[in-house]
Amino acid sequence: MTDQEILAGLAEIIDEIAGVPADEVTPDKSFVDDLDIDSLSMVEIAVAAQDKFGVEIPDEQLKDLKTVQDVINFVSKNS
Amino acid sequence: MPANEESAGTGARVLAFGGYQPDKVVTNDDLAKIVDTSDEWIRARVGIESRRVARDDETVADMAEAAGAKALAASGLTPSSIDLVVVATCTPEVQIPNVSATVAYRLGITAPGAYDLNAACAGFCYALAAASDSVRAGSARYALVIGAEKLTSWIDWNDRSTCIIFADGAGAAVVGPAGAGEPSGIGPVVWGSAGDMAGRITIPSRTGSLRQDGQAVFRWATTALHPVALEACVRAGVTPADISAFVPHQANLRIVEAIARKLGIPRDRVADDITHAGNTSSASIPLALSRMAEQGRLQPGTPALLLGFGAGLSYAAQVITLP
Repeated sequence: MTDQEILAGLAEIIDEIAGVPADEVTPDKSFVDDLDIDSLSMVEIAVAAQDKFGVEIPDEQLKDLKTVQDVINFVSKNS
Repeated sequence: MPANEESAGTGARVLAFGGYQPDKVVTNDDLAKIVDTSDEWIRARVGIESRRVARDDETVADMAEAAGAKALAASGLTPSSIDLVVVATCTPEVQIPNVSATVAYRLGITAPGAYDLNAACAGFCYALAAASDSVRAGSARYALVIGAEKLTSWIDWNDRSTCIIFADGAGAAVVGPAGAGEPSGIGPVVWGSAGDMAGRITIPSRTGSLRQDGQAVFRWATTALHPVALEACVRAGVTPADISAFVPHQANLRIVEAIARKLGIPRDRVADDITHAGNTSSASIPLALSRMAEQGRLQPGTPALLLGFGAGLSYAAQVITLP
């Protein structure tokens, strides 16, 4: 899976769960500060990401994933 | 010969609901004066706008009695018809005596079987299953099932992650035999537990207060429970599309909405009582049902899906035919 594919999949998930348009989801964006996504939505995103990418993101890891790029890196490294 | 032998082998059904909430309304703005929070933050995270808090001298039994009296009145039965009282609660003031025998006595129910049951927020669904099985087995003919909680007496009012969520109240249902030849109106319960996660929601000591690992519980609730609800539908011979009312435990509006979304049940069929009741643990499902009944949102004769879940962790789901 390329970074671009992960980004596209992630954007789809974020749109569905948090209603953020896919084109706003770019690698440099911070979930909390830029996309206004709270900790519970992050859990939902992590669960959906697990279904989509087959990569489990435990709660302990989740708090360190602050930007879209962080998630892309995590999925890429663990898939 | 046991008095109830003639009812053995029949189905069971819910005859009526009743609910009670304390008078005192606590808004999010009220809480913002005590802890660092805001109306906007609470609405966004848990979907609660206000909740009810019992008086200091108001007990779990007082609230259980009030809800039980309403359900009894709505059922049209006399108190003497009831021969089993089950109270689901995890917040009684004392361990002995139990709540159920006191409530039965105060309601004029003569010498029924009476016991309390603790399955925390799943308690009402457990108690309903126990009552249904008792009626079907002939151990009881009519049962009064109550969920009653005073969670605010176990809350740390300095903990902004829990004090905004939990509240007080009671809800009740009267269970009796299904008509001759009619199918059972209370479907098979699908229940279970996850004791490996017991430490995620605790009251660690007699003088302690409720602690919750919100994120872990949220993840569990939004991933592990819709298959349980689905299985309850399968066991009852219906599909989520047939469900006229989905009444999950009112834990957090976002959990409620996430589960409903995964089941494909449209928003207008989903209980959202939490907005004005808060999380009342075992009381939340019958409280929501009684309010929906009052509002005319329940269609008699149609299937409703109940799903309880919480500390233990414990969970239970069943489909009932609405009275």
